[in-house]
Amino acid sequence: MRLAFASAAVVGLLAPAVGFFLVQRRMSLIGDGIGHVAFAGVALGYLLGIAPVVTALVAALAGAVAIEWLRARRHTAGDQALALVFYTGIAAGVVVVSAAGALDVDLFAFLFGSILTVTRGDLALVGVLGLGGLGAIALLYRALASAVIDEEGARVAGVPIAALNVAVAALAAVTVAVSMRIVGILLIAALMVLPVIAASRVAWSMRSNLLIAMGIGLAAALAGLTVAYYADMPPGGTIVLFAAGAFLATSAAEAARAR
Amino acid sequence: MTPAIELDGVSFAYGGGPPVLRGVDLRVERGEFVAVAGPNGGGKTTLLRVILGLERPAEGRALLFGEPAHAFSRRSTLGYLAQRAQLGTDAPATVREVVAAGRLASGGLLGPLRRRDRAIVDDALARVGLAELASRPLRTLSGGQQQRAFIAKALAAEPSLLVLDEPTTGVDAEAQEALAALLDRLHRELQVTVVYVSHEFGAVERFVERLVLVRGEIVFDGPPSALPEVWHDPSHAHA
Repeated sequence: MRLAFASAAVVGLLAPAVGFFLVQRRMSLIGDGIGHVAFAGVALGYLLGIAPVVTALVAALAGAVAIEWLRARRHTAGDQALALVFYTGIAAGVVVVSAAGALDVDLFAFLFGSILTVTRGDLALVGVLGLGGLGAIALLYRALASAVIDEEGARVAGVPIAALNVAVAALAAVTVAVSMRIVGILLIAALMVLPVIAASRVAWSMRSNLLIAMGIGLAAALAGLTVAYYADMPPGGTIVLFAAGAFLATSAAEAARAR
Repeated sequence: MTPAIELDGVSFAYGGGPPVLRGVDLRVERGEFVAVAGPNGGGKTTLLRVILGLERPAEGRALLFGEPAHAFSRRSTLGYLAQRAQLGTDAPATVREVVAAGRLASGGLLGPLRRRDRAIVDDALARVGLAELASRPLRTLSGGQQQRAFIAKALAAEPSLLVLDEPTTGVDAEAQEALAALLDRLHRELQVTVVYVSHEFGAVERFVERLVLVRGEIVFDGPPSALPEVWHDPSHAHA
């Protein structure tokens, strides 16, 4: 359980931190698209006998780069790029899962999250990738935030916008890979997006929006995991419901402040 | 000294369509304040994009400070206010956060802003009269104040060339006058080259040394006082 809590803490901080930049770029659903590609990666791991987290990470990175490539180089609209990768990912996952004969409880743990299946190895991977992701965001925060504020102006000034976009997509892929044991592939996008939207109701600056979102993500992950453990519920759904509850709370706070 | 902008025989069309610009010759010296006007669809924004190196001419050449515009090596010194500049995010960015975004290219991509960069941001805020409102979310400001914040963002780059595309769109006449006066003051104080693009130039006419009218080609280039009466409203139907 302690392993699960430590993993959840990293995921609760990382997912909204990455999601913040996705939401600001109006790419809120990219986490879902990458998640479905990660599903294909998990299935491939079972088929090849490789740790599913590793194959999921590779597949998620490939999916993230594909979405950015389609958007930037092929001039595909953002939602169309997402749909292409989203459906190709889930289709490949279903086919590979069938080939591997892996449609079992273990696979469902990746889809919906599972507390008890978190191992020390998982925690080490979550820790390294998660803290690495948070470090990258700390280092790139100003660049990513500035590019969001005025992308065209930044492009004129010679800022490598395409590289920053790929960096955000890669961070989203890492987030999906490290979060799938806790929240599950199907709900990780929610933990990336809901805390950010909730925080925006009460934030007074971009920085405060990011930090409040990370606080909400952490609280939702730990509270959701606790309730899931004692009530024997799926952790992913419980965590996301806490994040949705945070949105109701901040919306009420915003309304009260406006009166 | 090489001019800030030099266009020689520039023609441009989007994706095999009809030409948007035809044989444009334009030379803007360093430190000039030039207004570019013309009707909507007349090619003003395309002309800007060619000047800034975002589009390459189909014919002719475009130079920025003597270098090919598309390969200009000092892009961080280009201050650009896009058409209908608005926050590209729903997050409640403060005025200071918006202006600090202007230091991205010159202040480096990694880590927080250094002390010198923060001082430049403070200076830009003061120059446009927004120092007192620096901590306010941009979206709580009036349209004119928001435009001033974006001008400060462009100033934060310490630009050698300041390019403003329709900066007065969506702001009232009083705010337009105030913005034009602000740009005039900044131009004189900073000795920066300013290219101001607008479909109407009433507010800025008193301040600019030179007016360029564009209708696919340059149909007038000179001081506003020399502008024939027939051109005074550049959006009218006269050819």
